[in-house]
Amino acid sequence: MVPDAEFTSYYGRPVIKEPVWQAPDVAGYLFFGGLAGASSVLAASAHLSGHRDLARVARLSALGAISLSAAALVHDLGRPARFTNMLRVFKPSSPMSVGSWLLAGYGPVAGAAAVSEVTGILPAAGTAATLGAGLLGPAIATYTAALICDTAVPAWHAGYREMPYVFAGSAASAAGGLGLLATAPGAAEPARQLAVLGAGVELVAKRRLIKRLATPGPAPLSEAYETGRTGVMLRVAEGLTAGGLAGALLGRRSRALSALSGASLLAASALTRFGIFEAGMTSARDPKYTIVPQRQRQDGRL
Amino acid sequence: MGFFTDTSICIGCKACEVACKEWNAVPEDGISLSGMSYDNTVGLGASTWRHVAFIEQSDDAAHGLRWLMSSDVCKHCTESACLDVCPTGALFRTEFGTVVVQDDVCNGCGYCVPACPFGVIARREEDGQAHKCTLCYDRLGSGLEPACAKACPTQSIQFGPLDELRERARLRVEDLHAAGQDQARLYLDDPADGIGGGGAFFLLLDEPEVYGLPPDPVVTTRDLPGMWKHVAIAAAGLASAAVALSLGRRP
Repeated sequence: MVPDAEFTSYYGRPVIKEPVWQAPDVAGYLFFGGLAGASSVLAASAHLSGHRDLARVARLSALGAISLSAAALVHDLGRPARFTNMLRVFKPSSPMSVGSWLLAGYGPVAGAAAVSEVTGILPAAGTAATLGAGLLGPAIATYTAALICDTAVPAWHAGYREMPYVFAGSAASAAGGLGLLATAPGAAEPARQLAVLGAGVELVAKRRLIKRLATPGPAPLSEAYETGRTGVMLRVAEGLTAGGLAGALLGRRSRALSALSGASLLAASALTRFGIFEAGMTSARDPKYTIVPQRQRQDGRL
Repeated sequence: MGFFTDTSICIGCKACEVACKEWNAVPEDGISLSGMSYDNTVGLGASTWRHVAFIEQSDDAAHGLRWLMSSDVCKHCTESACLDVCPTGALFRTEFGTVVVQDDVCNGCGYCVPACPFGVIARREEDGQAHKCTLCYDRLGSGLEPACAKACPTQSIQFGPLDELRERARLRVEDLHAAGQDQARLYLDDPADGIGGGGAFFLLLDEPEVYGLPPDPVVTTRDLPGMWKHVAIAAAGLASAAVALSLGRRP
């Protein structure tokens, strides 16, 4: 049954309001937050398996990335001076509330792990902090998927089943990529494995998300991800992910190839987050993406 | 308590827009010739809490020339997405069942803005905070009706207990159908709908999307359990990978 190709709107005006979040701050946070969480995971694994250089790199990356993240998030608030109000309540119905509490716990712990590493002070506490950050890292790297999907933004909300895997994979490939970039090949094996795993998951999950959104009718949400500037960004990201994955597999003995694939994966992860962010904005601005799926659902019910 | 807005008797006078701005001291946010019939406010926003929409329909054989007018407002959803996602607790449910932002708590994170399925709440540039219709919370506390309902000359905007309003609305739709207005329908009156019924519901004379309203809005929170589930699985996957990596060969 071919769905009705017509739809009405109020003078072509958007139905919902697009996010007021600025891309550099919030898409930037999606990237840096994911990188931080997955770096802490890598740091813990590297520490436990005796990869000292890699553990150092990963601890420092996590602190650097989460510091940039915190700055970006506070900057994006309409009233930055009131950022502490994020901890007034704990609301599981709000991914941003859950995330604020996660960050409040994770930040200091990741900081302690890095400081202990650099100064050599209190190594036992540093190890505990490393493991603690490693435990919180997966949550830090994935909760942001729930955050953007828990809105009325069509291209995000409809992808809620796949988005956490895209984010986990993207974060893992970025963290592994940074490990490959900053550590000698012989000492970077956990980073290599994490990068390959993350890149693979990211590629598959992204494809599945877009496929699910390719519904029949005049306003498939996959359009938001595949057309225009966003389409270019995400295709380039996919290429960089695939290239980085291949380079990581083949570059076991080559510092240059490992570093190149690491850089490629980092760029890919960032592009993916910015692309997903843009796709959401596109779907919010055009009323057809809100009206058509709802009208189809409504008519299907009658 | 809530609103029943009967758009079939709206005359497009915009007394509601003016009364709302006057009572709540809402800042001026532009008033221009939009080219969208007589619509000056264009849409709801941080500084527009009542918006009168105008739709001119001239090519419908059954109805001839129609001029639809409707005063749009925050729906004060029973299942309210803006309230659910607010991380500071600034948005809360009042004793009247309405949804209100506490101006001294909001830090302008903006999460409520894309969460609303109707595009109601927004962040005001001047102060960086989120603002929307309060259903005149300060007037209700003194036993008064909201400013817009008070000012409406045709009683298109009716205020009162929701069950009374729903009954009145149902009878009104029956009257309209009997008079040949077969396109009259209620919108957001049903507690079984996607937002648990609106604290502000409407009688429309055409499809919701004609007025800029979503045809089948569902509060985003309904899918949140599924979102957390997938987040948990993805996080567990990453954690498992970490465990596997830490058991690998030492350098």
